[in-house]
Amino acid sequence: MKAPYRARLNREASPLRRASIPIATVLAGSMTPLLPLVASAPVLPPFGLMVLISWQILRPGLWPVWVGVPFGVFDDIVGGQPVGSAVLLWSIILIAINLIDQRYIWRNYWQDWFIAAVSIIVALAGGLAINNFLVSDIHLSVLYPQMILAIFTFPLVLRLVARLDHVRLKR
Amino acid sequence: MAPPRNRRPGFSRKAQLQIFTGYLLAFTGAFAGLLLLALSYFDPAAFSAVRSMTAEVTAPPARLLTGIRVSTQSGWREVSAYFEAGSKNAKLQREVERNRVRMIEARALRQENRELRRLLGLIKQEGRPVATARLINSSASSSRRYATIDVGSRQGVQRSQPVRAQRGLVGRVLETGPNTSRVLLLSDTENVVPVRRARDGVVAFSQGRGDGRVDIKLIDIGVNPFKVGDVMVTSGNGGIYPPNVPVAIIERLTSDGAIGKLLANPAGTDFVIVQEMYEPELVAPEPSELPPVSSMPAAPLPAAPSQPVPAIGAPQP
Repeated sequence: MKAPYRARLNREASPLRRASIPIATVLAGSMTPLLPLVASAPVLPPFGLMVLISWQILRPGLWPVWVGVPFGVFDDIVGGQPVGSAVLLWSIILIAINLIDQRYIWRNYWQDWFIAAVSIIVALAGGLAINNFLVSDIHLSVLYPQMILAIFTFPLVLRLVARLDHVRLKR
Repeated sequence: MAPPRNRRPGFSRKAQLQIFTGYLLAFTGAFAGLLLLALSYFDPAAFSAVRSMTAEVTAPPARLLTGIRVSTQSGWREVSAYFEAGSKNAKLQREVERNRVRMIEARALRQENRELRRLLGLIKQEGRPVATARLINSSASSSRRYATIDVGSRQGVQRSQPVRAQRGLVGRVLETGPNTSRVLLLSDTENVVPVRRARDGVVAFSQGRGDGRVDIKLIDIGVNPFKVGDVMVTSGNGGIYPPNVPVAIIERLTSDGAIGKLLANPAGTDFVIVQEMYEPELVAPEPSELPPVSSMPAAPLPAAPSQPVPAIGAPQP
């Protein structure tokens, strides 16, 4: 057998790459508010959560259910929400997605998108509700552009995560 | 989609327990989130150290990216300016003629204003600039409106100093790190600024709406005096914000005031200036029965700026 083929046969993907790529992508998604974008209204989709949901949909069981807690802490510190809001919301969303995963095994693409859309709406509206409870009242209508943008960018994020999954499992 | 591999982990008690523990930890985590929120509620500055540390670490690349963005924008502006050079030149020249007359008027008014202030014994303390900075990023995905600037306590920035751009007020400093600070933008709902109408001084206050606009709320409830296009400036009441900084232009009327568009759009400003906190100071009017303390009626205060001299019958800041 020729040498170039031998290098690729009977190999496992690098364990470091397998573990680190999903974590790194979620953290990178959470860090998008650090981009030099000064917005006067909430417009940027919650990319950290979207990447997390994508991994959860593509690879159920990649992480334990409690993984929303550490990712949520990071997102809160970077993103400007009061610390604890993403911890709470992401945990609830992940528990819900895991329960759905057990109950509805055979799902199609549109159902996955629907689950993600509902999760995004819950996360954004929940974040707003927490802010309103802590400070004062903002109308939900402020969030509509962000919600629509997030729901329609989700398929792109899912595609990107699927591509990264190939990179992750490359031998 | 194929069913997940670990949906039911056989009869292994250990694997089953692991899944159960995962759910238990997730629920505990959600509860811990609630506790953290309670902590943020009772002590809003609880996590400011961690936040400013993150900002410090991420500031250098953000600053670099901001530099690239700004230079690209200004380069494009310069290129596009060539296309309308002729007509723009003629228009600008007409404007210069008009403005020259207005400037002479304004100079006279300023002189008169100074005289009147001296008569009143009111010393106007201009907010001296502390530092010039760039807005490097903002909480673009949250419903709160914060921005980060690339100067901090090492450059002399302190809490609750006003931040303004050339066109108008931007916000105030909320937390400072060594080289970065967090700014509460005007459009945040927590940011309330006392304002007045530039034309005649109708007093109101502005409160952010979270979407880049502000609610202008009247203090006197009565007939709504606002008209679309009125410019609101800070009144300087209550300190922090110096007077006469442009804030917003009225866009739409509501039942109890108006909705204003911010004049200094944070997205469109290159540089912002951090100013010293404004502390209105009043000179006590000289009592007539006592011999005059000094001959200058409007001498600057000898006392420390943090302790305003209490004036008799004068409104307290």
